[in-house]
Amino acid sequence: MALNQDIIQRWQKSELLLLGGSAGSLKPIFTIVQNVPSNLNKAVLIIIHRKKNFFSDLENLFAENSRMLLKEVNDKDVIDKETIYIAPANYHTLIEKEKCFSLDVSDAVWYSKPSIDVSFESAAEVYKDRCTAVLFSGANQDGAQGLLTLRNSGALTIVQNPAEAEMPEMPQAAIDLKAADYVLDTKDIFQLLKT
Amino acid sequence: MLDIPGSLTVNELHELIDLVKSIYGFDFSDYSKASLKRRLLRVMQQKKLSFYDLKHVLINDPAFFQMFLEEITVNVTEMFRDPTFYKALNNQVIPYLSSYQHTKIWCAGCSSGEEVYSLMILLNEAGLRKKSFIYGTDINTEMLNEARKGIYSLRKIKSYAENYQLSGLSGSIIDHFTVLYDAASIHNELKQNTLFSVHNLVSDGVFNEFQLISCRNVFIYFEIKLQERILDLFYKSLAPLGFLCLGTKETIRSDYFRKKFKAINLKENIYQKIGS
Repeated sequence: MALNQDIIQRWQKSELLLLGGSAGSLKPIFTIVQNVPSNLNKAVLIIIHRKKNFFSDLENLFAENSRMLLKEVNDKDVIDKETIYIAPANYHTLIEKEKCFSLDVSDAVWYSKPSIDVSFESAAEVYKDRCTAVLFSGANQDGAQGLLTLRNSGALTIVQNPAEAEMPEMPQAAIDLKAADYVLDTKDIFQLLKT
Repeated sequence: MLDIPGSLTVNELHELIDLVKSIYGFDFSDYSKASLKRRLLRVMQQKKLSFYDLKHVLINDPAFFQMFLEEITVNVTEMFRDPTFYKALNNQVIPYLSSYQHTKIWCAGCSSGEEVYSLMILLNEAGLRKKSFIYGTDINTEMLNEARKGIYSLRKIKSYAENYQLSGLSGSIIDHFTVLYDAASIHNELKQNTLFSVHNLVSDGVFNEFQLISCRNVFIYFEIKLQERILDLFYKSLAPLGFLCLGTKETIRSDYFRKKFKAINLKENIYQKIGS
């Protein structure tokens, strides 16, 4: 398809790229991390459901394969357009209007901490139409409501085509809520991020 | 959804903060706004209150305020949250503490007491319980009552079993509790050298001198200028070479305080007071 003028323009004016996903999202998100150019000039926040105390090398693996600086969010980190951030396990990651992160340990949302909804909703308030969000594969409904909030604030919202998602429930929930501006195959999502 | 808002404007948020400050004396003006706002909206949605209704009950119903305070402060806590932190404490700090005659510890923002008892279990295992005393403080009296009781649901305690095991302590977490039906009560001797009382980090001052202050996942709710005011309070409350433990994702950013607190474990954010 079908990367039309609208989608390209809205992507290009974005200052923040949000990538959310759960089961089955690691592969497409990792591919994005591998392929974003060092001069993307947008901050990236990755929210993937993770188990606490699970000492994966996710951060290291991602960092070794990224051309942008990549780090796990620390409280009050100032959002930098040359960095990919990963939402830490066992915290929610929020965005303050001063464009810095703040963390929160309050209850899980959809059994998830980090919750994609929480990050999406606070990003919507701060970035409005200067933001692009992509919701990938997952086995629950986290992210759908947040994506709708983003869409209502003017952000560009994209959902991975559920037909090719490993776990279609999460992208489908967003489509059912009418939270998606566009439903794209991953190859088109990769294509867009290169424009 | 009636007229329950999905959002609060900056002005509305500040109006609520000013109202709470002038009537109840709690000052939320330097709290991190994104999470404060999220919790305010949750109260409004749960209680089906519009912005004007909320102002009305805050002004006219003091009983409502206690519930409100519990809702807008985050009281989620775990025993042995971040097991690697407890491991580091055991390896790098406990040996220091064991050389002291007496150790006073301040657990600031202790909520329902899980962290106080985690520390006490650690001290007990190291044979330091009898010469240690832990002060747990919070702004929330309801939470402090829970902490004093030291009774938790068995399901909750079982959910900390993995944390406990990963922290490297021997046995199992349940060994430190007396279980009755679905409740788990912390052993009496672990409660003996603890005291829980009200202290507001925003407005209250130094009340004792400590060898260790633990304030984990509290700074995340504060803006940087408030964090720094509290760092100053902690500095003044620590004995020379006393330890400060922050949450795993909380850091000391200013050069001024970096010179006053030496990092002894940067990953777990354990610091030691230097200078005087």
